[in-house]
Amino acid sequence: MKFGKELSIFLILAAVCMFTGVKNPNFFSQANILNTTKMIGIYGIFSIGMGFVIITGGIDLSVGSVFALLGVGLSMLLTEHHMNPWLAVLLAVTAGGVLGLLHGVLVTKAKLQSFIVTLCGLMIYRSLARTITGDNTRNFSDAPQAKALIEFVNGDWKGLPTPMWLLIVTAVIAFIVLHRSVFGIRLLATGQNEESARFAGISTQRITLITYVVCGLLAGVSAVLLAFYTSSISPNGHGIGYELYAVAACVLGGFSLRGGDGSIIGVVLATALLQVLRNMINMLQWSQQLEFSLVGGVILVGVLIDGAIRNRKKRITA
Amino acid sequence: MLHIHGVSKRFPGVIALDSVDISLAPGEVVALLGENGAGKSTLMKIIGGVYQADAGSLTVDEVSYSFRSPSEALDKGIRVVFQELSVLENLDISENIFLGRELKKGGLVDRKRMRDLTVDYLEKVGLKRSPSTPVAALSIAERQLVEIAKAFSMKVRYLILDEPTSSLTLEESNRLFEIIADLKSEGVGIFYISHRLDEIGVVADRVVGLRDGRNAGALTKEEITHEAMVKLMVGRDIAPSVNSGPSSASEVVLDVQELRTSRYPSIPVSFSIRAGEILGLAGLVGAGRSEVTRALFGIDPCQGSISIQGESLKVKSPKDAINAGMFLVPEDRRNAGLTTTMSVGENIVLPAWKKFSSLGLKKQGSARKYAAEGVEQLNVKTPSIDQIAANLSGGNQQKVVLARWLQMNPKVMIIDEPTRGIDVGSKAEIYTELRRLAAQGLAILMVSSDMEEVLAVSDRVGVMHEGHLSGILDRKDASEEAIMNLAVGGAV
Repeated sequence: MKFGKELSIFLILAAVCMFTGVKNPNFFSQANILNTTKMIGIYGIFSIGMGFVIITGGIDLSVGSVFALLGVGLSMLLTEHHMNPWLAVLLAVTAGGVLGLLHGVLVTKAKLQSFIVTLCGLMIYRSLARTITGDNTRNFSDAPQAKALIEFVNGDWKGLPTPMWLLIVTAVIAFIVLHRSVFGIRLLATGQNEESARFAGISTQRITLITYVVCGLLAGVSAVLLAFYTSSISPNGHGIGYELYAVAACVLGGFSLRGGDGSIIGVVLATALLQVLRNMINMLQWSQQLEFSLVGGVILVGVLIDGAIRNRKKRITA
Repeated sequence: MLHIHGVSKRFPGVIALDSVDISLAPGEVVALLGENGAGKSTLMKIIGGVYQADAGSLTVDEVSYSFRSPSEALDKGIRVVFQELSVLENLDISENIFLGRELKKGGLVDRKRMRDLTVDYLEKVGLKRSPSTPVAALSIAERQLVEIAKAFSMKVRYLILDEPTSSLTLEESNRLFEIIADLKSEGVGIFYISHRLDEIGVVADRVVGLRDGRNAGALTKEEITHEAMVKLMVGRDIAPSVNSGPSSASEVVLDVQELRTSRYPSIPVSFSIRAGEILGLAGLVGAGRSEVTRALFGIDPCQGSISIQGESLKVKSPKDAINAGMFLVPEDRRNAGLTTTMSVGENIVLPAWKKFSSLGLKKQGSARKYAAEGVEQLNVKTPSIDQIAANLSGGNQQKVVLARWLQMNPKVMIIDEPTRGIDVGSKAEIYTELRRLAAQGLAILMVSSDMEEVLAVSDRVGVMHEGHLSGILDRKDASEEAIMNLAVGGAV
């Protein structure tokens, strides 16, 4: 395996860190590192899930709305039903998986395009979240039984926040699954040419279905982390647009939206880069409104350079 | 007059063309002969403006050109019909034919006139389809006819046909030869690339041989014989493959009763194949032969009973067929037989990973050894098992598909058009391999539109006509005439 792309993202990431740190030494303060890595953890987990779907040539646009729906659901379970916090978390993550399964069934069995299926999800889940809460912002202040868990999620261990540890565990497993397991090679084969994969005896529908479930489950995990992190879930705005961060991280990290190609290390590093760029804007007190221009610009330049390199390679090997 | 002089083209690590000379006069048909990898396609791509030569000159009517794109070549009346079809599936026939030069009326596309004109072109190539038929609904052979029809719709002075008959039936090929004769009389010069030597004898005025990127000699019309052409191409003589036939009274391996495919749901097809036997399946394109292979392999849903060595088998997906030891080498190598973006080794191991995993993790070492064995067994010409499959020649790609299945101990092998677009040398190797497999006791079902191939390789020949298996001929009764008679709906 070649790590050229991952290495370049890493170098850019290091450069951005150095630049920001020199301009504002607070960048390297413990508080900022903890906070930034927490964001990387939360975003990284669902970006990996998105990556699996993207390898099949699909996309999941519903992630942000899933965050809102699961977030308000979690809050209601804890504050109104006073449920055991671990059970509530388990339910939320499972619900994420079930939504993923639903998307997967619609894509593989009903042969709908993932863009359409998850676009409808994006609208429906958001609207459901707003309906069941009457558009009222939810929190966890009435859930004393969940206090310990919330503190755990927002806490840290050995200098890294809990979400970052969860991301590390997720990424290691995802790396092994994608790059070292039989499922991984079958997934890549399905993404590169589904017809050929079918002729090689691969159950391409099942594989595709599994990626949507994985994406849903990981979105469920991120939803819990995000809800406990913000502790305030406004059904209208919570998680809005987050799916695009995941798509961006995947594209930047070497996934092809046509499917068949992807790198777990790439998507994790790209997530880190995007979060550090957001943090840089804060740290250097640039205008907040600049954020999306910067993120968009970085992705565009990254993809342009990548395309140029690829074309060059193609010309050489043609 | 089209002149190529001293053209060279180099790719990293390979000299594809080394100072090649060739010429083509108006109204002349020049056949270009060479094994896959000899440089024919590269040369044609340079003439057609797809590649640019590193050295040498290309002149049309004494004027020197260096085409930078196919459209520049087209401007000078040079049109290439490539072996890899370039029709767009989601457009209809007339839209494909006029793609990029749509007729307009008041700024809008004039569909009616495009379709009216298309009717004439289709008639010329003998394709009985309405111009508004979506190309997705056409078979590969029919798509090829659309490509050729497209060439006719342009003002072409020099036409390059790369393996035009590789998926055509005899009847369709004969029609093409008539068209070629028409074009000749209109003063069109034609470069003709084919691996079917018998048809080169029919159409060509001259034969030019290429070997390893260099001129390998030429034959005049009078010198064109089968033996001379083979020698020109490979530099040696190849003995035609002979079939030995199965040992008598061997057990039935594959038994198919009342198989109904999704294309012909009301027509049951029954046949059986014994150990060591090759059943050829002939017929016109669209007769339902590929549908039978797809149904048996679980690609398309079907009804009926299938049993292998007496054990009844439900095939719901290719996985079921594979687990039962029944494999399909499909017609479309590039999009179904292989994942061309993966390496040779990955392609060979892909269906067999179960054997090379523990706890779901890949055992790379033993998998690579397994792939390397497959490559060696079939004599696949590849620099290494890490070579991307797309970079191999057609013949070697086909060997990779065969290697993939042979490594899994097949009982039944289904092969759809085993040598489509494959050069004579590789063809002979594949025939030998098929016979060797049969001798090992496999049951082989071979669909082929190449009559010579059917007759040379099969022990029995089944003939299909519009979904019906209209007859199965024993070796001694199988002749071109008998097969054609059944293929067009005649009685046994």
